[in-house]
Amino acid sequence: MASFSVLSRRTLSLASEPLWVRRLLIGVAVGFLGLLLVLPLGVVFAEALAHGVGAYLRSFANADMQAALRLTALVTGIAVPANVVFGVTAAWLVTRHEFVGKSLLTTLIDLPFSVSPVIAGFVYVLLYGKNGLLGPWLLAHDLPVIFAVPGIVLVTLFVTFPFVARELIPLMQSQGHEEEQAAMVLGAGGWRTFWRVTVPNIKWGVLYGAMLCTARALGEFGAVSVVSGHIRGETNTVPLHVEVLYNEYDFVGAFAAASLLALLALVTLLGKSFAEWRVRRATLALETPKR
Amino acid sequence: MASIPYMSRPVVFAGGVSTRRAGSPSFALVLGGTLLYLGVIVLLPLGLLLASAARQSFADLWRAAASARVLAAYQLSFSAAAAAALVNALFGLIVAWVLVRYQFIGRRLLDALVDLPFALPTAVAGIALTALFAPHGWLGAPLAALGVKVAFTPLGITVALVFIGLPFVVRSVQPVLEDLDTIYEDAATSLGASRWQIFARVIFPEIAPALLSGFALAFARGLGEYGSVIFIAGNMPMHTEIAPLLIVSKLEQYDYQGATAIAVVMLCISFMMLLGINLLQWLRSRRLSGAEAGAD
Repeated sequence: MASFSVLSRRTLSLASEPLWVRRLLIGVAVGFLGLLLVLPLGVVFAEALAHGVGAYLRSFANADMQAALRLTALVTGIAVPANVVFGVTAAWLVTRHEFVGKSLLTTLIDLPFSVSPVIAGFVYVLLYGKNGLLGPWLLAHDLPVIFAVPGIVLVTLFVTFPFVARELIPLMQSQGHEEEQAAMVLGAGGWRTFWRVTVPNIKWGVLYGAMLCTARALGEFGAVSVVSGHIRGETNTVPLHVEVLYNEYDFVGAFAAASLLALLALVTLLGKSFAEWRVRRATLALETPKR
Repeated sequence: MASIPYMSRPVVFAGGVSTRRAGSPSFALVLGGTLLYLGVIVLLPLGLLLASAARQSFADLWRAAASARVLAAYQLSFSAAAAAALVNALFGLIVAWVLVRYQFIGRRLLDALVDLPFALPTAVAGIALTALFAPHGWLGAPLAALGVKVAFTPLGITVALVFIGLPFVVRSVQPVLEDLDTIYEDAATSLGASRWQIFARVIFPEIAPALLSGFALAFARGLGEYGSVIFIAGNMPMHTEIAPLLIVSKLEQYDYQGATAIAVVMLCISFMMLLGINLLQWLRSRRLSGAEAGAD
């Protein structure tokens, strides 16, 4: 099916719009994306460099900024591996097994996507906050979660929860498991089959999901803002630090931090296009010989 | 991403292997671990919100959830999210169409750029859009000369939500357009239909469900969006204060009851949207598999 539709798209269809309509639509699309996406990106870099490269670089030397960078790196470094492991496991369970409540599990995995980030932060305050369910006990044992780093890690785990599983479930479903069965029939054990057959087939999908997950973990604002308490140098992640600087009218500092996040976003897009291209190639290669 | 339809290709011999392995200890262990993680990270906190709402009397909840300031915030969140999703449905359709059907220089770059709102941290988008549309900004200044004020008005909130919601529509419609076979259009052309008739009668009905689900996804995201909106909104009570911001300000005053009431209402709306979107996708996949069965 896939290879067929690719072919038929390549063969030029009889029907096409007149040239002026095509040009108009391309113009509208380019103009819309230019105004909506490119201009804001341009503003970030223009504002960051408004007082020259020196001022731009100096804003990164600030101790609070460096603490924010370290915290964001720490949170991302915990959240992304945890959710990659979870995502691969969940996708493996859902696509390779039959069990009661499977479709419920699939729906629950998506749940964090439909919850406002602010509410995500709030439910963690209800659970771990000073007046929360577990908060008093944790505080009595000197284990603060809310207004501390553990809370930031937990809400980041929550908001980045679905990315990898969501990417992998459709991919693994479309690949089927004939190859894994062949490996088992030839005598490979469960682990060996997983590492030698499953992982090579899904690695670009995993990378793709991990990148989306990383982008969200680096940039999460609403949920982290609710649980962080905004303690400078301690619980401010880079996006929160952007807000602090912006509200203090330190525009060069705010946009300098923002430009770093924007650069990371552009790298994510580049990597994502590459991973997507590899996924598509792998899926086509799997499907073509059968047709 | 959110758009990829769960493929309907049947998994051959699924029953045979899984029944053999579903009973194995490793399967139980992995399933248990996954459910535990899901429970601790997602279900326990969300369940607690509902439990804490259930502990309050309905009258208290209603009072907190239906005060004039809260109602104004809901109304603003709803209308801005709906307006932004409509703008995205129109322009997102054009972008998806152009990306799939036409060849031009920079097409791949444009295609990659569509995901920018997914990748760019919302706070960065927020301050960038505010700087862009502020009275002295690159777009704000010419618009101000025309008498249009964007930053710190409901219009500014809508602009931020258009930015956030764009990829949902494009990425929902794009794969469906890609899979659409042009033979039906060729058939319609040979039967004398005009290009516009073909779009309205042949192409649009095929992509309408995807467009609707993209609209719903963008709308749902817009309702809960916080980071990109608070900078450009101005946050004046009754005028430019969105519902998620109201939760934050209640929390800052330690008014957990008030925050719970607003959060529960928003959560219920999101769940209903999620249900609706899943239903749409299910209908679409049934339609697709029906079409395939017919073709065979």
